[in-house]
Amino acid sequence: MNLTLKVWRQNGPSDEGRMVTYKVEDVSPDMSFLEMLDVLNERLILEGDDPVAFDHDCREGICGMCGMVINGVAHGEQRATTTCQLHMRHFKDGDEVTIEPWRAAPFPVVKDLVVDRSAFDRIIQAGGFISVPAGSAPDAHSVPVKKEDADAAFDAATCIGCGACVAACPNGSASLFTAAKITHLGLLPQGQPERDSRAKAMVEQMDLEGFGGCTNTGECTAVCPKGIPLDTIARMNADFLKASK
Amino acid sequence: MAVTGAILVLFLVGHMVGNLKSFFGADSFNHYAEWLRTVGTPAVPDRVLLTVIEIVLVVAVVLHMWSAVSLARRASQARPVKYAAKRKSQANGYATHTMRYGGVIIVLFVVWHLLDMTFGTVNPKGFDAEPFDRLVAGFDPSRWWVTLFYVVAMVMVGLHLRHGLWSAFQTLGLASGRSYGKLKATAALVSLVLVVGFLSVPVGVMIGVIK
Ligand code: HEM
Ligand code: SF4
Ligand code: FES
Repeated sequence: MNLTLKVWRQNGPSDEGRMVTYKVEDVSPDMSFLEMLDVLNERLILEGDDPVAFDHDCREGICGMCGMVINGVAHGEQRATTTCQLHMRHFKDGDEVTIEPWRAAPFPVVKDLVVDRSAFDRIIQAGGFISVPAGSAPDAHSVPVKKEDADAAFDAATCIGCGACVAACPNGSASLFTAAKITHLGLLPQGQPERDSRAKAMVEQMDLEGFGGCTNTGECTAVCPKGIPLDTIARMNADFLKASK
Repeated sequence: MAVTGAILVLFLVGHMVGNLKSFFGADSFNHYAEWLRTVGTPAVPDRVLLTVIEIVLVVAVVLHMWSAVSLARRASQARPVKYAAKRKSQANGYATHTMRYGGVIIVLFVVWHLLDMTFGTVNPKGFDAEPFDRLVAGFDPSRWWVTLFYVVAMVMVGLHLRHGLWSAFQTLGLASGRSYGKLKATAALVSLVLVVGFLSVPVGVMIGVIK
């Protein structure tokens, strides 16, 4: 199939940037979205042009690098799917596809579709960890965890830090990402000693980075490739309120 | 947002229940209006409790608007460059997207409503009439456009609360795990009851059940 792409091109952080239109021909429906961009880039290189820069690593939906906004939806309209796992069979011959980077002040554009997500790293550094006394690993069953809690903690732990939640949020809030980590650690016994200070430090760092405030629109959960549930945000708020008392 | 919103919701519940007294006739309604002014006497002078409630409400509305404006400002600072493609909502929550302009419509309504029922400025009977007479005259079938405006505003209030109540549960950290679905349903139910309760009065006057 043949597609018309409108792609955000920006030479560097200080460049203004613009949408550029490209035609891509002979796209196979079996290609992933990133493979389709590879086809475009090979042609651009042959023609002596600068290829479109985009982040990617695992190409199997687990590293969280490949974020882009496709036709106004983070990771495209296919639910619970990263861009690298999105296949061209979801598009039709002749489609026009708009491709933009995540748009948020704390995620500055590095080049084209690549944004700098270090703000997420700093939120994790602020408290998204547990302090353990070093030594040999304890027996797996030495600290019992309720099945219900283990399941909810594991669901939250599947966050890959892609940033789609921020990109989709009308407020540019990072609440779902931050709440996923706070929920993951807060539900497990190992996370209890630092539970209050963690919630406080991570939420404060999130605000410091310049992310917007959550108004519970639910756009984040809807685009999250891992389906992180919205009630993690309630858990984050509960921990934060308790810690602020 | 959540705390000031909660105060306003409590007010709405009380206000709606009070309005329903109009179904029991002029005396019942006027007596209730009188009671609002004299509650607490002789322990405190007339109107003291009412004035306190009025002050709390005004402060709540102002802080609520201030929170809404600062949230909107933070949002635009967090996304200085907009998307070129129209952002498609993926969460299909219609009420969610009416919060900001819906709030403005509600406040305009409240101004009109106070001029109508409290000060009588835009009411055919004026300030000196009994509350019940202002009510019946205000929603006279010949003034159908007033009733229509009330209907639109109440639907807006319903949408505002449909999202707002649930959002407040989230903000206060209540909606986690099993309570999530229940609180969502509670928000919808409370909003529906309030809208129906409020609308029953103007409609009751329109069709002549309240006279
Ligand atoms: C100028 C008038 C108003 C504006 C601009 C406004 C705007 C907003 C906005 C933007 C939100 C935030 C949405 C969110 O955080 O989820 C909100 C929440 C809310 N509003 Fe309003 N509103 C107004 C009047 C009212 C009135 C009159 C009521 C009561 C009937 C009310 C009750 C609520 C409640 C309960 C919430 C939920 C609080 C929360 O999210 O934590 N609002 N409003
Ligand atoms: S919560 Fe979901 S959308 Fe947000 S960073 Fe994690 S995986 Fe990505
Ligand atoms: S490239 Fe790793 S998640 Fe898409």
